[in-house]
Amino acid sequence: MKIRKRYFVLALYLAIAMLPIYWMLNMSLRTNADIMANFALIPTQITFGNYINIFTDPSWYSGYINSIIYVVLNTVICLVTALPAAYAFSRYSFIGDKHVFFWLLTNRMAPAAVFLLPFFQLYSTFNLIDTHIAVALAHCLFNLPLTVWILEGFISGVPIEIDEMAFIDGYKFPRFFFFVFVPLIRSGIGVAAFFCFMFSWVELLFARTLTTTAAKPIAATMTRTVSASGLDWGLLAAAGILTIVPGALVIWFVRNYLAKGFALGRV
Amino acid sequence: MKKWQDNRGWLFILPVFLIVAFSAVVPLMTVVNYSIQDIFGPGQRVFVGTEWFREVLTDERLHEALWRQLLFSGLVLLIEMPLGIAIALMMPDKKGFGASICLVVLALPLLIPWNVIGTIWIIFTRPDIGLMGATINTLGLTFDHTANGLHAWITLMLMEVWHWTPLVALLAYAGLQSIPPAYYQAAKIDGASSWAVFRYIQLPKMRGVLTIALLLRFMDSFLIYAEPFVLTGGGPGNTTTFLSIYLVKIAVGQFDLGPAGAFSLIYFLIVLLFCYLFYQALQNVGKGEQA
Repeated sequence: MKIRKRYFVLALYLAIAMLPIYWMLNMSLRTNADIMANFALIPTQITFGNYINIFTDPSWYSGYINSIIYVVLNTVICLVTALPAAYAFSRYSFIGDKHVFFWLLTNRMAPAAVFLLPFFQLYSTFNLIDTHIAVALAHCLFNLPLTVWILEGFISGVPIEIDEMAFIDGYKFPRFFFFVFVPLIRSGIGVAAFFCFMFSWVELLFARTLTTTAAKPIAATMTRTVSASGLDWGLLAAAGILTIVPGALVIWFVRNYLAKGFALGRV
Repeated sequence: MKKWQDNRGWLFILPVFLIVAFSAVVPLMTVVNYSIQDIFGPGQRVFVGTEWFREVLTDERLHEALWRQLLFSGLVLLIEMPLGIAIALMMPDKKGFGASICLVVLALPLLIPWNVIGTIWIIFTRPDIGLMGATINTLGLTFDHTANGLHAWITLMLMEVWHWTPLVALLAYAGLQSIPPAYYQAAKIDGASSWAVFRYIQLPKMRGVLTIALLLRFMDSFLIYAEPFVLTGGGPGNTTTFLSIYLVKIAVGQFDLGPAGAFSLIYFLIVLLFCYLFYQALQNVGKGEQA
Protein backbone atom coordinates (compact mmCIF):
# COMPACT_ATOMS: atom_id res chain seq x y z
CA MET A 1 0.00 0.00 0.00
CA LYS A 2 2.80 2.33 0.95
CA ILE A 3 4.60 1.59 -2.30
CA ARG A 4 1.48 2.26 -4.36
CA LYS A 5 1.06 5.68 -2.77
CA ARG A 6 4.68 6.52 -3.45
CA TYR A 7 4.39 5.68 -7.15
CA PHE A 8 1.11 7.55 -7.37
CA VAL A 9 2.75 10.74 -6.14
CA LEU A 10 5.70 10.24 -8.49
CA ALA A 11 3.39 9.64 -11.45
CA LEU A 12 1.43 12.75 -10.51
CA TYR A 13 4.59 14.87 -10.45
CA LEU A 14 5.76 13.52 -13.80
CA ALA A 15 2.33 14.10 -15.33
CA ILE A 16 2.26 17.71 -14.15
CA ALA A 17 5.83 18.19 -15.37
CA MET A 18 4.79 16.99 -18.81
CA LEU A 19 1.87 19.43 -19.08
CA PRO A 20 3.83 22.42 -20.47
CA ILE A 21 5.51 20.18 -23.04
CA TYR A 22 2.18 18.56 -23.93
CA TRP A 23 0.66 21.97 -24.41
CA MET A 24 3.37 22.95 -26.85
CA LEU A 25 2.87 19.67 -28.72
CA ASN A 26 -0.83 20.42 -28.82
CA MET A 27 -0.19 23.89 -30.33
CA SER A 28 2.30 22.54 -32.83
CA LEU A 29 -0.37 20.32 -34.40
CA ARG A 30 -2.82 23.15 -35.04
CA THR A 31 -2.98 26.11 -37.38
CA ASN A 32 -2.51 29.56 -35.95
CA ALA A 33 -6.13 30.52 -36.73
CA ASP A 34 -7.35 27.44 -34.86
CA ILE A 35 -5.15 28.24 -31.84
CA MET A 36 -6.46 31.77 -31.55
CA ALA A 37 -10.13 30.83 -32.14
CA ASN A 38 -10.59 27.65 -30.10
CA PHE A 39 -9.36 26.50 -26.72
CA ALA A 40 -9.00 22.74 -27.01
CA LEU A 41 -7.41 20.33 -24.56
CA ILE A 42 -7.10 17.78 -27.31
CA PRO A 43 -6.61 19.10 -30.84
CA THR A 44 -9.52 18.20 -33.09
CA GLN A 45 -8.22 19.30 -36.49
CA ILE A 46 -4.73 17.89 -36.44
CA THR A 47 -2.41 19.29 -39.08
CA PHE A 48 1.25 18.68 -39.73
CA GLY A 49 1.49 21.89 -41.74
CA ASN A 50 3.81 23.56 -39.20
CA TYR A 51 6.28 20.69 -39.35
CA ILE A 52 6.14 20.52 -43.15
CA ASN A 53 6.82 24.25 -43.18
CA ILE A 54 9.96 23.78 -41.12
CA PHE A 55 11.29 20.84 -43.07
CA THR A 56 10.86 22.52 -46.45
CA ASP A 57 12.27 25.94 -45.54
CA PRO A 58 16.09 26.01 -45.55
CA SER A 59 16.23 29.02 -43.23
CA TRP A 60 14.50 26.81 -40.65
CA TYR A 61 16.07 23.41 -41.06
CA SER A 62 19.60 24.71 -41.59
CA GLY A 63 19.37 25.93 -37.99
CA TYR A 64 18.98 22.35 -36.82
CA ILE A 65 21.89 21.19 -38.95
CA ASN A 66 24.11 24.00 -37.62
CA SER A 67 23.22 23.19 -34.04
CA ILE A 68 23.93 19.51 -34.50
CA ILE A 69 27.27 20.20 -36.22
CA TYR A 70 28.67 22.39 -33.46
CA VAL A 71 27.28 20.21 -30.69
CA VAL A 72 28.95 17.14 -32.17
CA LEU A 73 32.19 19.07 -32.75
CA ASN A 74 32.13 20.27 -29.15
CA THR A 75 31.51 16.77 -27.81
CA VAL A 76 34.40 15.37 -29.84
CA ILE A 77 36.84 18.12 -28.80
CA CYS A 78 35.85 17.75 -25.15
CA LEU A 79 36.23 13.97 -25.09
CA VAL A 80 39.52 13.86 -27.00
CA THR A 81 41.24 16.47 -24.85
CA ALA A 82 39.58 15.63 -21.53
CA LEU A 83 40.42 11.90 -21.60
CA PRO A 84 44.19 12.30 -21.14
CA ALA A 85 43.67 15.19 -18.74
CA ALA A 86 41.29 13.19 -16.57
CA TYR A 87 43.75 10.31 -16.65
CA ALA A 88 46.52 12.60 -15.44
CA PHE A 89 44.41 14.10 -12.66
CA SER A 90 43.45 10.63 -11.50
CA ARG A 91 46.82 8.85 -11.78
CA TYR A 92 49.59 11.40 -11.33
CA SER A 93 50.31 13.92 -8.66
CA PHE A 94 52.16 16.86 -10.15
CA ILE A 95 52.88 20.48 -9.31
CA GLY A 96 49.70 22.49 -9.10
CA ASP A 97 47.32 19.64 -9.93
CA LYS A 98 44.68 20.52 -7.33
CA HIS A 99 44.80 24.22 -8.19
CA VAL A 100 44.36 23.59 -11.89
CA PHE A 101 41.45 21.23 -11.17
CA PHE A 102 39.65 23.87 -9.12
CA TRP A 103 40.53 26.62 -11.58
CA LEU A 104 38.88 24.60 -14.35
CA LEU A 105 35.68 24.48 -12.32
CA THR A 106 35.64 28.22 -11.61
CA ASN A 107 35.13 28.81 -15.31
CA ARG A 108 31.55 27.71 -14.87
CA MET A 109 31.00 30.57 -12.42
CA ALA A 110 31.66 33.56 -14.66
CA PRO A 111 28.60 35.47 -15.86
CA ALA A 112 28.51 34.53 -19.54
CA ALA A 113 26.57 37.65 -20.44
CA VAL A 114 29.60 39.89 -19.94
CA PHE A 115 32.10 37.76 -21.71
CA LEU A 116 30.12 38.06 -24.91
CA LEU A 117 31.86 41.15 -26.20
CA PRO A 118 35.41 40.02 -25.40
CA PHE A 119 34.52 36.68 -26.94
CA PHE A 120 33.30 38.35 -30.07
CA GLN A 121 36.47 40.45 -30.33
CA LEU A 122 38.74 37.47 -29.63
CA TYR A 123 37.09 35.24 -32.21
CA SER A 124 37.00 38.06 -34.78
CA THR A 125 40.75 38.45 -34.36
CA PHE A 126 41.17 34.81 -35.32
CA ASN A 127 38.59 35.11 -38.14
CA LEU A 128 36.41 32.49 -36.51
CA ILE A 129 33.12 34.39 -36.40
CA ASP A 130 30.17 32.53 -37.93
CA THR A 131 31.92 29.16 -38.03
CA HIS A 132 30.82 26.01 -36.27
CA ILE A 133 34.22 25.56 -34.69
CA ALA A 134 33.92 28.94 -32.93
CA VAL A 135 30.77 27.91 -31.09
CA ALA A 136 32.24 24.49 -30.35
CA LEU A 137 35.35 26.09 -28.85
CA ALA A 138 33.35 28.62 -26.85
CA HIS A 139 31.21 25.86 -25.37
CA CYS A 140 34.38 24.09 -24.26
CA LEU A 141 34.64 26.81 -21.62
CA PHE A 142 31.95 25.19 -19.50
CA ASN A 143 31.86 21.68 -20.99
CA LEU A 144 35.56 20.78 -20.69
CA PRO A 145 35.74 21.25 -16.89
CA LEU A 146 32.62 19.15 -16.49
CA THR A 147 33.93 16.42 -18.79
CA VAL A 148 37.24 16.28 -16.94
CA TRP A 149 35.34 16.14 -13.66
CA ILE A 150 33.07 13.25 -14.72
CA LEU A 151 35.81 11.23 -16.45
CA GLU A 152 38.14 11.68 -13.49
CA GLY A 153 35.51 10.03 -11.29
CA PHE A 154 35.16 7.07 -13.63
CA ILE A 155 38.91 6.65 -14.06
CA SER A 156 39.48 6.72 -10.31
CA GLY A 157 37.00 3.83 -10.13
CA VAL A 158 39.50 1.67 -12.06
CA PRO A 159 42.26 0.36 -9.75
CA ILE A 160 45.71 1.76 -10.54
CA GLU A 161 47.07 -1.82 -10.34
CA ILE A 162 45.51 -2.50 -13.75
CA ASP A 163 47.81 0.13 -15.28
CA GLU A 164 50.85 -1.17 -13.43
CA MET A 165 50.11 -4.74 -14.47
CA ALA A 166 49.79 -3.71 -18.11
CA PHE A 167 53.12 -1.87 -18.06
CA ILE A 168 54.81 -4.91 -16.46
CA ASP A 169 53.31 -7.02 -19.24
CA GLY A 170 55.19 -4.78 -21.67
CA TYR A 171 52.42 -2.55 -22.97
CA LYS A 172 53.61 0.78 -24.29
CA PHE A 173 51.51 3.68 -23.04
CA PRO A 174 49.54 4.59 -26.21
CA ARG A 175 48.63 0.94 -26.88
CA PHE A 176 47.59 0.45 -23.27
CA PHE A 177 45.58 3.66 -23.19
CA PHE A 178 43.59 3.13 -26.38
CA PHE A 179 43.13 -0.62 -26.39
CA VAL A 180 42.92 -1.49 -22.70
CA PHE A 181 41.99 1.59 -20.74
CA VAL A 182 39.47 3.38 -22.96
CA PRO A 183 37.26 0.27 -23.32
CA LEU A 184 37.32 -0.08 -19.52
CA ILE A 185 35.72 3.32 -18.98
CA ARG A 186 33.40 3.38 -21.99
CA SER A 187 30.28 3.93 -19.86
CA GLY A 188 31.98 7.00 -18.38
CA ILE A 189 32.71 8.28 -21.86
CA GLY A 190 29.04 7.79 -22.73
CA VAL A 191 27.91 9.80 -19.72
CA ALA A 192 30.44 12.57 -20.37
CA ALA A 193 29.33 12.73 -24.01
CA PHE A 194 25.74 13.04 -22.86
CA PHE A 195 26.55 16.02 -20.64
CA CYS A 196 28.57 17.75 -23.36
CA PHE A 197 25.72 17.25 -25.77
CA MET A 198 23.17 18.50 -23.28
CA PHE A 199 24.91 21.70 -22.18
CA SER A 200 26.04 22.58 -25.69
CA TRP A 201 22.56 21.94 -27.09
CA VAL A 202 20.73 24.12 -24.57
CA GLU A 203 23.19 27.04 -24.57
CA LEU A 204 22.13 30.05 -26.57
CA LEU A 205 24.07 33.19 -25.61
CA PHE A 206 27.48 32.20 -27.00
CA ALA A 207 25.97 30.38 -29.95
CA ARG A 208 23.94 33.42 -30.93
CA THR A 209 26.73 35.94 -30.42
CA LEU A 210 29.38 34.08 -32.39
CA THR A 211 27.23 33.35 -35.43
CA THR A 212 25.42 35.45 -37.99
CA THR A 213 24.05 33.29 -40.79
CA ALA A 214 26.24 30.39 -41.86
CA ALA A 215 26.36 28.69 -38.47
CA LYS A 216 23.24 30.10 -36.84
CA PRO A 217 21.76 27.72 -34.27
CA ILE A 218 18.11 26.72 -34.31
CA ALA A 219 17.38 28.38 -30.99
CA ALA A 220 18.47 31.73 -32.43
CA THR A 221 16.52 31.15 -35.64
CA MET A 222 13.44 30.77 -33.47
CA THR A 223 13.81 34.11 -31.72
CA ARG A 224 14.33 35.96 -34.99
CA THR A 225 11.46 34.43 -36.93
CA VAL A 226 9.07 34.97 -34.07
CA SER A 227 9.55 38.69 -34.02
CA ALA A 228 9.39 38.99 -37.82
CA SER A 229 6.29 36.94 -38.58
CA GLY A 230 4.07 38.45 -35.89
CA LEU A 231 3.98 35.39 -33.64
CA ASP A 232 2.85 32.30 -35.47
CA TRP A 233 2.26 30.22 -32.35
CA GLY A 234 1.80 26.94 -34.20
CA LEU A 235 5.06 27.28 -36.11
CA LEU A 236 6.92 28.40 -32.99
CA ALA A 237 5.60 25.44 -31.02
CA ALA A 238 6.54 22.99 -33.78
CA ALA A 239 10.09 24.36 -33.88
CA GLY A 240 10.27 24.08 -30.10
CA ILE A 241 9.08 20.46 -30.14
CA LEU A 242 11.75 19.63 -32.72
CA THR A 243 14.47 21.02 -30.44
CA ILE A 244 13.42 18.51 -27.76
CA VAL A 245 13.72 15.46 -30.02
CA PRO A 246 17.55 15.07 -30.24
CA GLY A 247 17.90 15.40 -26.47
CA ALA A 248 15.19 12.83 -25.84
CA LEU A 249 16.93 10.38 -28.21
CA VAL A 250 20.32 10.84 -26.56
CA ILE A 251 18.96 10.44 -23.05
CA TRP A 252 17.24 7.20 -24.01
CA PHE A 253 20.59 5.71 -25.07
CA VAL A 254 22.47 6.61 -21.88
CA ARG A 255 19.61 6.12 -19.40
CA ASN A 256 21.22 3.13 -17.67
CA TYR A 257 24.54 4.89 -17.08
CA LEU A 258 23.06 8.23 -16.12
CA ALA A 259 22.66 7.54 -12.39
CA LYS A 260 26.13 5.99 -12.25
CA GLY A 261 27.78 8.94 -13.95
CA PHE A 262 26.45 11.42 -11.43
CA ALA A 263 27.43 9.33 -8.42
CA LEU A 264 31.04 8.96 -9.50
CA GLY A 265 31.78 12.64 -9.93
CA ARG A 266 34.10 13.66 -7.16
CA VAL A 267 33.76 16.73 -5.00
CA MET B 1 44.38 6.20 -3.60
CA LYS B 2 48.10 6.27 -4.22
CA LYS B 3 49.33 8.25 -7.16
CA TRP B 4 52.48 8.36 -9.25
CA GLN B 5 54.58 11.41 -8.52
CA ASP B 6 55.34 12.68 -12.00
CA ASN B 7 55.32 16.20 -13.44
CA ARG B 8 54.84 14.83 -16.92
CA GLY B 9 51.16 14.79 -15.94
CA TRP B 10 51.19 18.37 -17.23
CA LEU B 11 51.63 17.06 -20.77
CA PHE B 12 48.33 15.23 -20.47
CA ILE B 13 46.39 18.24 -19.26
CA LEU B 14 48.06 20.66 -21.65
CA PRO B 15 45.37 20.53 -24.40
CA VAL B 16 42.58 21.14 -21.90
CA PHE B 17 44.62 23.84 -20.22
CA LEU B 18 45.28 25.64 -23.50
CA ILE B 19 41.69 25.51 -24.77
CA VAL B 20 40.21 26.72 -21.49
CA ALA B 21 42.91 29.36 -21.09
CA PHE B 22 42.19 30.62 -24.62
CA SER B 23 38.47 30.86 -23.93
CA ALA B 24 38.70 32.03 -20.32
CA VAL B 25 41.83 34.00 -19.60
CA VAL B 26 41.89 36.23 -22.68
CA PRO B 27 38.25 37.36 -22.31
CA LEU B 28 38.71 37.74 -18.55
CA MET B 29 41.72 40.01 -19.03
CA THR B 30 39.75 41.98 -21.64
CA VAL B 31 37.04 42.52 -19.07
CA VAL B 32 39.65 43.63 -16.54
CA ASN B 33 40.87 46.08 -19.19
CA TYR B 34 37.39 47.50 -19.65
CA SER B 35 36.90 47.86 -15.93
CA ILE B 36 39.81 50.25 -15.40
CA GLN B 37 39.64 52.28 -18.60
CA ASP B 38 37.25 54.67 -20.27
CA ILE B 39 36.96 53.61 -23.89
CA PHE B 40 35.82 56.15 -26.48
CA GLY B 41 36.75 54.21 -29.58
CA PRO B 42 39.59 52.23 -31.16
CA GLY B 43 42.88 53.53 -29.75
CA GLN B 44 41.18 56.17 -27.64
CA ARG B 45 41.19 55.06 -24.06
CA VAL B 46 41.93 56.67 -20.73
CA PHE B 47 43.02 54.95 -17.56
CA VAL B 48 40.45 55.67 -14.85
CA GLY B 49 41.57 53.40 -12.04
CA THR B 50 38.81 52.33 -9.69
CA GLU B 51 36.24 54.86 -10.82
CA TRP B 52 33.98 52.29 -12.48
CA PHE B 53 34.12 50.06 -9.44
CA ARG B 54 33.05 52.94 -7.23
CA GLU B 55 30.28 53.88 -9.63
CA VAL B 56 28.99 50.31 -9.77
CA LEU B 57 29.16 49.75 -6.02
CA THR B 58 27.00 52.82 -5.37
CA ASP B 59 24.47 52.04 -8.09
CA GLU B 60 21.07 51.79 -6.38
CA ARG B 61 19.51 49.73 -9.14
CA LEU B 62 22.35 47.25 -8.94
CA HIS B 63 21.77 46.82 -5.23
CA GLU B 64 18.11 46.14 -5.91
CA ALA B 65 19.03 43.61 -8.60
CA LEU B 66 21.48 41.93 -6.21
CA TRP B 67 18.86 41.52 -3.45
CA ARG B 68 16.37 40.29 -6.02
CA GLN B 69 18.95 37.81 -7.25
CA LEU B 70 19.77 36.58 -3.74
CA LEU B 71 16.07 36.14 -2.96
CA PHE B 72 15.57 34.26 -6.21
CA SER B 73 18.53 31.91 -5.69
CA GLY B 74 17.57 31.37 -2.04
CA LEU B 75 14.01 30.44 -2.96
CA VAL B 76 15.25 28.21 -5.76
CA LEU B 77 17.53 26.27 -3.42
CA LEU B 78 14.89 26.07 -0.66
CA ILE B 79 12.31 24.60 -3.01
CA GLU B 80 14.40 22.52 -5.39
CA MET B 81 16.70 20.70 -2.97
CA PRO B 82 13.96 19.12 -0.76
CA LEU B 83 11.68 18.50 -3.74
CA GLY B 84 14.48 16.86 -5.72
CA ILE B 85 15.41 14.60 -2.79
CA ALA B 86 11.74 13.67 -2.32
CA ILE B 87 11.39 12.73 -5.99
CA ALA B 88 14.59 10.66 -5.85
CA LEU B 89 13.22 8.77 -2.83
CA MET B 90 10.04 8.00 -4.75
CA MET B 91 11.84 6.64 -7.83
CA PRO B 92 11.70 2.86 -8.40
CA ASP B 93 14.76 1.16 -6.83
CA LYS B 94 15.10 -1.68 -9.27
CA LYS B 95 16.36 -1.28 -12.80
CA GLY B 96 13.72 -2.00 -15.36
CA PHE B 97 11.42 -0.49 -17.92
CA GLY B 98 9.55 1.56 -15.33
CA ALA B 99 12.71 3.11 -13.95
CA SER B 100 13.98 3.87 -17.47
CA ILE B 101 10.76 5.64 -18.44
CA CYS B 102 10.79 7.63 -15.19
CA LEU B 103 14.42 8.69 -15.76
CA VAL B 104 13.84 9.80 -19.34
CA VAL B 105 10.61 11.68 -18.57
CA LEU B 106 12.18 13.24 -15.51
CA ALA B 107 15.26 14.46 -17.39
CA LEU B 108 13.40 15.78 -20.41
CA PRO B 109 13.13 19.43 -19.23
CA LEU B 110 16.92 19.52 -18.82
CA LEU B 111 17.45 18.92 -22.53
CA ILE B 112 15.38 21.79 -23.88
CA PRO B 113 17.29 24.87 -25.10
CA TRP B 114 16.97 27.61 -22.52
CA ASN B 115 15.11 30.10 -24.65
CA VAL B 116 12.71 27.37 -25.77
CA ILE B 117 11.98 26.86 -22.05
CA GLY B 118 10.90 30.48 -21.95
CA THR B 119 8.80 29.99 -25.09
CA ILE B 120 7.10 26.93 -23.62
CA TRP B 121 6.12 28.89 -20.54
CA ILE B 122 4.93 31.89 -22.53
CA ILE B 123 2.62 29.57 -24.44
CA PHE B 124 1.61 27.72 -21.27
CA THR B 125 0.79 30.76 -19.15
CA ARG B 126 -0.80 33.12 -21.66
CA PRO B 127 -4.29 34.06 -20.45
CA ASP B 128 -5.86 33.60 -23.89
CA ILE B 129 -4.26 30.45 -25.34
CA GLY B 130 -2.25 28.95 -22.47
CA LEU B 131 -3.46 25.98 -20.48
CA MET B 132 -2.33 27.35 -17.13
CA GLY B 133 -3.24 30.99 -17.74
CA ALA B 134 -6.66 30.16 -19.13
CA THR B 135 -7.42 27.66 -16.35
CA ILE B 136 -6.57 30.15 -13.62
CA ASN B 137 -8.65 32.85 -15.28
CA THR B 138 -11.58 30.44 -15.63
CA LEU B 139 -11.38 29.87 -11.88
CA GLY B 140 -12.16 33.54 -11.46
CA LEU B 141 -8.69 34.74 -10.54
CA THR B 142 -6.88 37.21 -12.71
CA PHE B 143 -3.43 36.06 -13.71
CA ASP B 144 -1.13 38.00 -16.00
CA HIS B 145 2.62 37.72 -15.64
CA THR B 146 3.21 40.60 -18.03
CA ALA B 147 1.41 43.14 -15.83
CA ASN B 148 1.71 41.93 -12.25
CA GLY B 149 5.13 41.65 -10.63
CA LEU B 150 4.08 38.98 -8.15
CA HIS B 151 2.57 36.87 -10.92
CA ALA B 152 5.75 37.25 -12.92
CA TRP B 153 7.73 35.97 -9.94
CA ILE B 154 5.37 33.02 -9.42
CA THR B 155 5.63 32.11 -13.10
CA LEU B 156 9.43 32.38 -13.06
CA MET B 157 9.71 30.27 -9.91
CA LEU B 158 7.37 27.64 -11.37
CA MET B 159 9.42 27.56 -14.55
CA GLU B 160 12.71 27.38 -12.67
CA VAL B 161 11.48 24.57 -10.38
CA TRP B 162 10.03 22.70 -13.33
CA HIS B 163 13.24 23.11 -15.32
CA TRP B 164 15.92 22.30 -12.75
CA THR B 165 14.44 20.12 -10.01
CA PRO B 166 15.09 17.08 -12.25
CA LEU B 167 18.84 17.78 -11.99
CA VAL B 168 18.71 17.64 -8.19
CA ALA B 169 16.49 14.56 -8.37
CA LEU B 170 18.85 12.77 -10.78
CA LEU B 171 21.89 13.55 -8.62
CA ALA B 172 20.13 12.44 -5.42
CA TYR B 173 18.88 9.30 -7.18
CA ALA B 174 22.44 8.48 -8.25
CA GLY B 175 23.58 8.90 -4.64
CA LEU B 176 20.82 6.60 -3.39
CA GLN B 177 21.70 3.95 -5.97
CA SER B 178 25.26 3.78 -4.70
CA ILE B 179 24.24 2.75 -1.14
CA PRO B 180 25.02 -0.96 -0.62
CA PRO B 181 21.91 -3.06 0.30
CA ALA B 182 23.71 -4.25 3.46
CA TYR B 183 23.08 -0.85 5.05
CA TYR B 184 19.33 -1.22 4.66
CA GLN B 185 19.42 -4.81 5.98
CA ALA B 186 21.30 -3.68 9.08
CA ALA B 187 18.79 -0.88 9.64
CA LYS B 188 15.92 -3.34 9.30
CA ILE B 189 17.45 -5.66 11.93
CA ASP B 190 17.82 -2.70 14.28
CA GLY B 191 14.19 -1.80 13.66
CA ALA B 192 15.02 1.69 12.41
CA SER B 193 12.14 3.93 11.36
CA SER B 194 12.09 5.16 7.78
CA TRP B 195 12.97 8.65 9.08
CA ALA B 196 16.02 7.22 10.88
CA VAL B 197 17.04 5.40 7.68
CA PHE B 198 16.78 8.66 5.78
CA ARG B 199 18.57 10.75 8.41
CA TYR B 200 21.43 8.39 9.29
CA ILE B 201 21.97 6.36 6.11
CA GLN B 202 20.55 8.01 3.01
CA LEU B 203 21.28 11.66 3.75
CA PRO B 204 24.95 11.20 4.77
CA LYS B 205 25.51 8.94 1.76
CA MET B 206 24.05 11.57 -0.54
CA ARG B 207 26.29 14.33 0.81
CA GLY B 208 28.72 14.21 -2.12
CA VAL B 209 26.13 14.39 -4.89
CA LEU B 210 24.06 16.93 -2.97
CA THR B 211 27.12 19.16 -2.71
CA ILE B 212 27.44 19.07 -6.50
CA ALA B 213 23.69 19.70 -6.85
CA LEU B 214 23.79 22.66 -4.48
CA LEU B 215 26.82 24.21 -6.18
CA LEU B 216 25.45 23.74 -9.70
CA ARG B 217 22.01 25.01 -8.75
CA PHE B 218 23.42 28.02 -6.97
CA MET B 219 25.75 28.96 -9.83
CA ASP B 220 23.17 28.52 -12.56
CA SER B 221 20.30 30.21 -10.74
CA PHE B 222 22.55 33.12 -9.76
CA LEU B 223 23.64 33.52 -13.38
CA ILE B 224 20.18 32.97 -14.87
CA TYR B 225 19.61 34.96 -18.04
CA ALA B 226 17.88 33.39 -21.02
CA GLU B 227 14.69 32.16 -19.38
CA PRO B 228 13.57 35.36 -17.62
CA PHE B 229 14.77 37.35 -20.64
CA VAL B 230 12.42 35.45 -22.91
CA LEU B 231 9.54 35.14 -20.45
CA THR B 232 9.41 38.57 -18.82
CA GLY B 233 12.26 40.60 -20.30
CA GLY B 234 13.01 41.83 -16.78
CA GLY B 235 9.58 43.34 -16.35
CA PRO B 236 6.97 44.32 -15.50
CA GLY B 237 8.85 47.41 -14.42
CA ASN B 238 12.05 46.13 -12.90
CA THR B 239 10.48 43.39 -10.79
CA THR B 240 12.33 40.53 -12.49
CA THR B 241 15.49 42.37 -13.54
CA PHE B 242 18.10 39.98 -12.20
CA LEU B 243 21.81 40.70 -12.16
CA SER B 244 22.52 39.21 -15.60
CA ILE B 245 19.65 41.05 -17.23
CA TYR B 246 20.73 44.34 -15.70
CA LEU B 247 24.30 43.63 -16.73
CA VAL B 248 23.35 43.01 -20.36
CA LYS B 249 21.30 46.22 -20.31
CA ILE B 250 24.43 48.15 -19.30
CA ALA B 251 26.87 46.30 -21.55
CA VAL B 252 24.83 45.92 -24.74
CA GLY B 253 21.94 48.34 -24.31
CA GLN B 254 23.92 51.38 -23.14
CA PHE B 255 27.33 50.11 -24.30
CA ASP B 256 28.96 51.25 -21.05
CA LEU B 257 31.85 48.84 -21.18
CA GLY B 258 33.69 50.24 -18.15
CA PRO B 259 30.92 49.85 -15.58
CA ALA B 260 29.84 46.58 -17.21
CA GLY B 261 33.39 45.20 -16.87
CA ALA B 262 33.68 46.27 -13.25
CA PHE B 263 30.20 44.91 -12.57
CA SER B 264 30.96 41.51 -14.07
CA LEU B 265 34.19 41.13 -12.09
CA ILE B 266 32.30 41.83 -8.85
CA TYR B 267 29.54 39.46 -9.99
CA PHE B 268 32.09 36.72 -10.68
CA LEU B 269 33.69 37.22 -7.26
CA ILE B 270 30.31 36.98 -5.50
CA VAL B 271 29.56 33.65 -7.19
CA LEU B 272 33.06 32.39 -6.41
CA LEU B 273 32.77 33.44 -2.75
CA PHE B 274 29.40 31.76 -2.26
CA CYS B 275 30.53 28.55 -3.95
CA TYR B 276 33.64 28.46 -1.78
CA LEU B 277 31.59 28.99 1.40
CA PHE B 278 29.05 26.31 0.47
CA TYR B 279 31.83 23.92 -0.41
CA GLN B 280 33.70 24.48 2.87
CA ALA B 281 30.52 24.27 4.96
CA LEU B 282 29.49 20.98 3.37
CA GLN B 283 32.97 19.52 3.80
CA ASN B 284 32.81 20.39 7.52
CA VAL B 285 29.37 18.79 7.88
CA GLY B 286 30.90 15.67 6.33
CA LYS B 287 33.70 15.64 8.91
CA GLY B 288 31.12 15.87 11.70
CA GLU B 289 29.29 12.85 10.30
CA GLN B 290 32.38 10.71 10.19
CA ALA B 291 33.60 11.59 13.67
